[in-house]
Amino acid sequence: MVKRLVVGAHYGFRDWLAQRVTATVMALYTVIFAVQLLSLPEHTNAAWRAMFAGGFMKFASFLFFMSLFYHAWVGVRDIWMDYVQSISVRLTLHVITLLVLVGYAGWVAQILWRL
Amino acid sequence: MAEVTATKARPKHLNLMQIRMPLPAYVSILHRVSGAGLFLFLGGLIWLLDASLGTREQYAAFTGVIGFTLAGIPIVKLILLGLLWSFLHHFCAGIRFLLLDVHVGIELASARASAFAVFGVSLVMTLVLGGALW
Repeated sequence: MVKRLVVGAHYGFRDWLAQRVTATVMALYTVIFAVQLLSLPEHTNAAWRAMFAGGFMKFASFLFFMSLFYHAWVGVRDIWMDYVQSISVRLTLHVITLLVLVGYAGWVAQILWRL
Repeated sequence: MAEVTATKARPKHLNLMQIRMPLPAYVSILHRVSGAGLFLFLGGLIWLLDASLGTREQYAAFTGVIGFTLAGIPIVKLILLGLLWSFLHHFCAGIRFLLLDVHVGIELASARASAFAVFGVSLVMTLVLGGALW
């Protein structure tokens, strides 16, 4: 048996796991969303609004978007780490990505709880 | 630490335009490309959701943007069709990766077949859903 000395902050494993957990949440929501959409009584803007206005859909949609933003953070950060070699440019891109996603989170919360 | 000496020259880089990649490689590359594309257009997509659930004026802006054409080409709808494919490819390829993680379908033949299925299912679903929503 190979005994490896595991060192580091373990954030690699944490992000790897988070990427899969958030993906599963989004995949489940996609099914719920599709079922809700197909069972709409009529295809009007009023029915579309009513679909998101329900307490469960608000809760599920919010979870979907939070999962999406975390998922996007890990994925986009990986892209910057792979292709952007300049430390200063990479750090700037990381910060911009993070700020944009946090802003989106506030925007989505406002969209959902205004209904 | 033991000294390590390279015994044979290893390839310094692989030219993606010259090597022949297997189908799963294209699934993987497009998984990243589709994810990047979805991220780039994420703000626009949230804006569309906002407008579709907003006031009467916002909803009018939503239908205006959706129906926007440039020289007769429904450019916004075409972008949304591309994003629909991106989502469906990312979704199908993601499920395939989750199954590979738990060691389902890791043999060469089944991995190749599932890569083919990812392309088939996501492209057919894009055409069906895109056609229904157009």
